[in-house]
Amino acid sequence: MHATVSGASRVTVNGRWARLRRFAQRRSTIGFLMTLPLLVIVAALVLYPALFALHLATLNKSMERFVALGNFEFLFKRETFWMVVKQSVIFAVSAVAFKALIGFMVAHFVHNVPVKGQRKWRGMLLIPWVIPPAMSTLAWFWLFDPSYSAFNWIFARIGLPNITWLGDPNWARFSVILVNVWYGAPFFLIMYLAALKSVPEQLYEAAAIDGANWWQKIWYVTLPMMRNIISITVLFSLIVTFANFDIVRILTSGGPIDQTHIFATWAFKLGIEGNDIPLGASVSLFMFPILAIAAVFILRDINHRGNEA
Amino acid sequence: MKGERRRALYWSYFFLVLFAIFFLTPPIYMMITSLKSSAEIGAITNPWFVYAPTLDNYTALLGSAQYLTFFKNSVIVSLVVVVITMLISIPAAFALARMKFWGSATLGMGVFLTYLIPETLLFIPLFKIFAWIQDLTGIEVMNHYWVLMFIYPTLTVPFCTWIMIGYFASIPKELDEAALIDGAGYIQMLTKIFIPVALPGIIAATIFAFTVSWADFLYPMAFTTSADQLVLPAGIVTILIRGDVYAWGQIMAACLLGALPPLLIYAFLMDYYIAGLTAGATKG
Repeated sequence: MHATVSGASRVTVNGRWARLRRFAQRRSTIGFLMTLPLLVIVAALVLYPALFALHLATLNKSMERFVALGNFEFLFKRETFWMVVKQSVIFAVSAVAFKALIGFMVAHFVHNVPVKGQRKWRGMLLIPWVIPPAMSTLAWFWLFDPSYSAFNWIFARIGLPNITWLGDPNWARFSVILVNVWYGAPFFLIMYLAALKSVPEQLYEAAAIDGANWWQKIWYVTLPMMRNIISITVLFSLIVTFANFDIVRILTSGGPIDQTHIFATWAFKLGIEGNDIPLGASVSLFMFPILAIAAVFILRDINHRGNEA
Repeated sequence: MKGERRRALYWSYFFLVLFAIFFLTPPIYMMITSLKSSAEIGAITNPWFVYAPTLDNYTALLGSAQYLTFFKNSVIVSLVVVVITMLISIPAAFALARMKFWGSATLGMGVFLTYLIPETLLFIPLFKIFAWIQDLTGIEVMNHYWVLMFIYPTLTVPFCTWIMIGYFASIPKELDEAALIDGAGYIQMLTKIFIPVALPGIIAATIFAFTVSWADFLYPMAFTTSADQLVLPAGIVTILIRGDVYAWGQIMAACLLGALPPLLIYAFLMDYYIAGLTAGATKG
């Protein structure tokens, strides 16, 4: 009697084990377990903080009281805030435009030279992208130095006036954009060079037979063929440039008189240095709209291509 | 026709030289300054020329415990992040590329989209979350370089997974079937077939993860402050630049030495480096 009972329970235990093992061996279970670490890290360190930022933005400075949209009301009344909005847009849009333009042009120049030399040129021209931006920006900072600027030394030789690169608001705005273009253009160059290589040569030959000049070849052959890669790189770069921190932080720290602050540097100044975490979070949240728009475009593009395939 | 082509070639070279000057001026100027003594920098001479080259700045840095600490912290953080990134993203990419399970397509897309949430949006809530953890558990999270090992994977894992999904998806399905017929499980399939075949992609992703962790500046600026806990980018910017005493020769030497690991990787593994860069967009 006793033996049979324990025997029966062993059967059910075995049955449960077998079911568990079958479950563990199922493809979907293994697949899910393999993705689990990725999900945990994204949920805990990306999604949760992003949502938490929304919550933080509704608290007062000491984070004890709920103030609803109080922080935003406060921001909207401040002139500095609108200046930061304007500067962020100017910074991101003009930097991305110049990066894409320079990348497109230089990609053509590299594409034009004999294949043997292309590797060397490409290798040389990508160097700004390889140096950590914090370090290369320091080199720019030193090039822009108020009393020892190496650019001004050249200007003095050829009879041009000295420029206060980082001291004058307009020149400072120009300088931060210049450095961002310098850092990011090589990335576009590499992308566009890869895209150029994938345009079939016959299309250009056909265009040449039809009597197209170089401008028409670019407009009617190159650009349509590269449309996808151009839109993706521009979107991505727009996101990254909007969220830029290193360059402005090191070159100007937002100065002179907050004139070059963009969202990230101003949020850092208010939130970390100024100890007003909710206000800093509110400022950084303004990067959200542009990201949402970018996400919509990218998703649409991917769905579009998914349907074509 | 031939003359026209030659003219286009000459113009291309002309502009390439022009842009090469633009792109290479800062690193070259970095090098020029790093070879000068403070006295030569202070004397108003030609800044573009070294009259009395010296390696003093380099020897001073290599003998400075502080700079070596920055370097050591950077090496430890970057290497650990590379390992963590690979351990997370290789299995995830394999599962998302090959094992169709409930929600796997949406997940793949979701991974891609996390790339859109920038670190500049996350550092303030993370700052607060770390302060909380400190209050709750008593573990001092802030101001330790190891905290970067936990945060950097958020910068590297999504993109590396995305690259690897592309590489894994390009492996022919017949290989899986052959492995399954031979009685291999999924883990064996991954380690015996997918990892060896997709090795170029894994190298590209490794390089990407290393360079991103090596270069990040915002997180160390926000979460570490003590001189012994800083990694290179934050260390050079906050410690070496003190007030108005600018030892620019030394700062430029520090930047150049700090940029050396990514530059060396780039010089020796350029094709993998570029493959990692372009894979994300062209496979998207």
